Amino acid sequence: MILIHCPYCEEDRPEVEFTYGGEAHIARPLDPSALTDSEWEGYLYIRSNTRGLHAERWRHAHGCARFFNAVRDTVSDRFEVTYKTGEARPARITQTGGAA
Amino acid sequence: MSGYRLSSGGRVDRSRPLRFSFDGAGYQGFAGDTLASALVASGVTLFGRSFKYHRPRGLLATGVEEPNALVSVDRGPARVTPNVRAPQVSLHEGLVAESQNRWPSLKFDVVSINDRFSALFPAGFYNKTFMWPRSAWEKLYEPVIRRLAGLGDSPVTRDPDHYDATYAHCEVLVVGGGIAGIEAALDAARTGSRVILIDEQDELGGAALADPALWSTLDALKAQLFAADNITVLTRTTAFGYYHQNFVGASQQLTDHLAPSEAQGPREKLWRIRAGEVVLAQGAIERPLVFNGNDVPGVMLASAGRTLALRYGVAVGRAVVIMAAHDSGWRDALALIEAGVHVAAIVDIRTVVSADLADAARAAGIALHLGSAITAVAGRHAVKGVTVAEGGTGPAHKIACDAVLMAGGWTPSVHLWSQAKGGLVWNEAWGTYLPGKPQEKCRVVGAGAGAWHFGSGAITSVLPNSLPVSKQKAFVDFQNDVKARDIQLAVQEGFRSIEHIKRYTTNGMATDQGKTSNLNALQIASGVLGRPVTEIGLTTFRPPYTPQTFGALMGHHKDALFQPVRKSVIDDWATAQDAVFENVANWRRARYFPKGGEDMDAAVARECRAVRQSVGIFDASTLGKIEVVGPDAAEFLNRMYTNPWKALQPGRCRYGLLLREDGFITDDGVSARMADDRFHLTTTTGGAPRVLGMMEDYLQTEWSDLDVWLTSTTEQWAVIALQGPRARDVIASLVGGIDLSPEAFPHMAVREGTIAGVPTRLFRVSFTGELGFEINVPASEGRKVWEAIFDAGQPYGITPYGTETMHVLRAEKGFIIVGQDTDGTMTPGDMGLDWAVGKKKPDFVGKRSLARPEMTRKGRKQFIGLLTEDPQELLEEGAQVVTNPDAPIPVPMIGHVTSSYHSATLGRTIALAVIADGRARIGETIFVPMADKVIRAKVTAPMFYDPEGSRLND
Repeated sequence: MILIHCPYCEEDRPEVEFTYGGEAHIARPLDPSALTDSEWEGYLYIRSNTRGLHAERWRHAHGCARFFNAVRDTVSDRFEVTYKTGEARPARITQTGGAA
Repeated sequence: MSGYRLSSGGRVDRSRPLRFSFDGAGYQGFAGDTLASALVASGVTLFGRSFKYHRPRGLLATGVEEPNALVSVDRGPARVTPNVRAPQVSLHEGLVAESQNRWPSLKFDVVSINDRFSALFPAGFYNKTFMWPRSAWEKLYEPVIRRLAGLGDSPVTRDPDHYDATYAHCEVLVVGGGIAGIEAALDAARTGSRVILIDEQDELGGAALADPALWSTLDALKAQLFAADNITVLTRTTAFGYYHQNFVGASQQLTDHLAPSEAQGPREKLWRIRAGEVVLAQGAIERPLVFNGNDVPGVMLASAGRTLALRYGVAVGRAVVIMAAHDSGWRDALALIEAGVHVAAIVDIRTVVSADLADAARAAGIALHLGSAITAVAGRHAVKGVTVAEGGTGPAHKIACDAVLMAGGWTPSVHLWSQAKGGLVWNEAWGTYLPGKPQEKCRVVGAGAGAWHFGSGAITSVLPNSLPVSKQKAFVDFQNDVKARDIQLAVQEGFRSIEHIKRYTTNGMATDQGKTSNLNALQIASGVLGRPVTEIGLTTFRPPYTPQTFGALMGHHKDALFQPVRKSVIDDWATAQDAVFENVANWRRARYFPKGGEDMDAAVARECRAVRQSVGIFDASTLGKIEVVGPDAAEFLNRMYTNPWKALQPGRCRYGLLLREDGFITDDGVSARMADDRFHLTTTTGGAPRVLGMMEDYLQTEWSDLDVWLTSTTEQWAVIALQGPRARDVIASLVGGIDLSPEAFPHMAVREGTIAGVPTRLFRVSFTGELGFEINVPASEGRKVWEAIFDAGQPYGITPYGTETMHVLRAEKGFIIVGQDTDGTMTPGDMGLDWAVGKKKPDFVGKRSLARPEMTRKGRKQFIGLLTEDPQELLEEGAQVVTNPDAPIPVPMIGHVTSSYHSATLGRTIALAVIADGRARIGETIFVPMADKVIRAKVTAPMFYDPEGSRLND
């Protein structure tokens, strides 16, 4: 039972309160009609599938219902950091966790 | 000494005898005994049969690592628990237990014939045999193997016990209540921390319970424990799983140790513990030695012999031989002598042992055979003697004995540590893995960290013998009958990794999960492969540590509490009308209202006729509703849905279609504009949470600049659908503040006012194709308004109808149901809903995907109707559609039936389907092959009734 830190509630909450939201920082194109099929495919389906630190979205579905971002190690399942929607991925995540 | 019970010593209470039965025979033990100790005291050596060869099996250990003595404990009707380890069963008056995996009896097991043919059943045999002929597998091999295989019998009736669960938080969780664990708990408690100490046994003490010299220390420590008010002590509690961030699952046994008449309350309690720090004090498990004949009943671990004598006051035999590779075996021998057990000899593979031990043993009169090994064991159901040879291959001689105790060294219990992904470090001197670097806030104390005080030993794999390994019956895994030669065979066959060796031989895969066999298997594999143990790997440790009941994991989540059941405010009224219900998502919905013994078809036919001829009333409260409010409300809906919303006037409704970004239909619903900046949106019943989640996703993470907010109002509005030509008449006298005339209140409009004195948003919408209203009132008033309408409708024969009738009536009009007629791969064009797509909108969710060539190509499945040639033939939903039923297999399929009903309105059956190029096929005959026949049907437009919609606009 992983504990996830909701950056809005400012609390560690059990993972059952959250839903996963896929890879983070993928902005919906402002003018989808201007994209080629290949570019649109990239937006819809192509994801980094990182082994290791992965920036992704979570939603505190059974809590404040807000979306937020997280950097999680996909091998160990350790959450390195969580941060609010609209914020940039913290520049340096050290091995022992926490933004540098 | 009577039987094998020592006249004094041990922690059993000889003043409290207890009677119990095993395999139908009556025995006696004492309070404090386990089933195992009481049986050994009575001279029982045979406890079970091994899994594969049905070889006779005796007790190996006195702890949870026991692989052989698996019994079924019978606590009464429906309460037989199979595969319980006899040393874990606390004795109580009237205990009933049976051995397993044998027929007709333990002594005369017919299936032990397997053992005679064991050469035909080496490791991995089932990967190579029972393959030919193929036809024999289903009818012969599988049923026979199924009957012969397995351990105890599974229960076949419902578990009548109930199980409790709780959460606990503490600063320090200590797992293991031996002296090391108790001291760790006391240390932590002194700092003021909340401490939880758990131990799987019936009393604290761990290994100290078999060492009387430590009992007074133990008592003093326990007194301190119980005096502290910040330490919670749980015995009979097993930590079975160690999960992320110090979350530990533990199951506490509450009643199994009590006589059934005394057992009250929940049988077990599941503890979900979150700890600041976890201290593991789980000790170490002794290793058996691998030698020819080591599986004869009466051969057991030295620590088991010691525990039986010093904790339970039971002599394991009248003449005991120790086979040692470790000093601990010598200490056990001396302790046994002191307790009054006769030790005939110590055989040690080492040529030199410490002088202290050797002198003490000689002084005690024990014959010593250093640099020697047991090469054979006489006896089948019980040990009769051993053959000992110098160096294993030299001159041999026999020793008469009735018990052999093996001291093969110690393996720290690293199961929970490893579950928590703690690192392991190979210790060459001790031939075992020790805990290394933790991943969680966790530390190990005591023997589990290698801190034991009973000397050292030699590392062995198979003990030397003049017989080649391939001819020896030298067992590594006693439960699964894996011999040393099987591990050699696996390597011979090309398996290099321990994961493959394990699965090919099944070593370590039994109910004991390799607690006594993994390390020995590693050593043997290492020897045969010629590679160090660290290069062969170690199998993964997974929860649970010991078998857990489903009941404990389930707790209270069963029957009515298994899933939440959502009910509308009308549910009770429908129940009183004897409605038949169905589940839609988590909602309970009335499916039909049978009268006077009607079956579903008759009830639905009557309900349908009533709606089209007069008026019906339907509970639509479960529909999802979202209040969309803000200056940018219309802009937001424009971006989300396919439809144009900006031009929709307040007071008007529109059928909204929602796509995913990949262009496929995901939801739909009629929505109303209440004001410039306020929409009352509806969704399907099952889609409500998904749609709101999707909208919040876009609003929060893509279009946060929009000034609009969303509120779920699904449960706030009760929705009463009133459908039929008399619908307006029914509510005319109830409605206030609204002009109901068709000129003032057209189809697809909404008005605010009152009904039966209650505020309402009155929608004029129809899912049936008849004149209709959906009356939205605050849920708290829903029942009252429903009853007022029902009363007002009596003169018109108002008829309650359920979801089944609702499905039929909408199908007659060709209205889709998302998730039934669509399957997540249909576009608006496929479903004939292009009219709902705003052509002038620059963008909406899914628009870009609709422009993909795939989405407009010929051959896509399209939504159409089907009319069977036999008007009473009912197509099956999901049935496949073909153009040529005589085509060779595989017959090309062009689509499937999505909805199919008897239509009382048309007096025949109707169906809806999606088939390739459906619209171009209108007028054609297609075929629906079933198991016993082929059904012919004509393709039509998906519309069977009032195609002009004239009945809607009255």
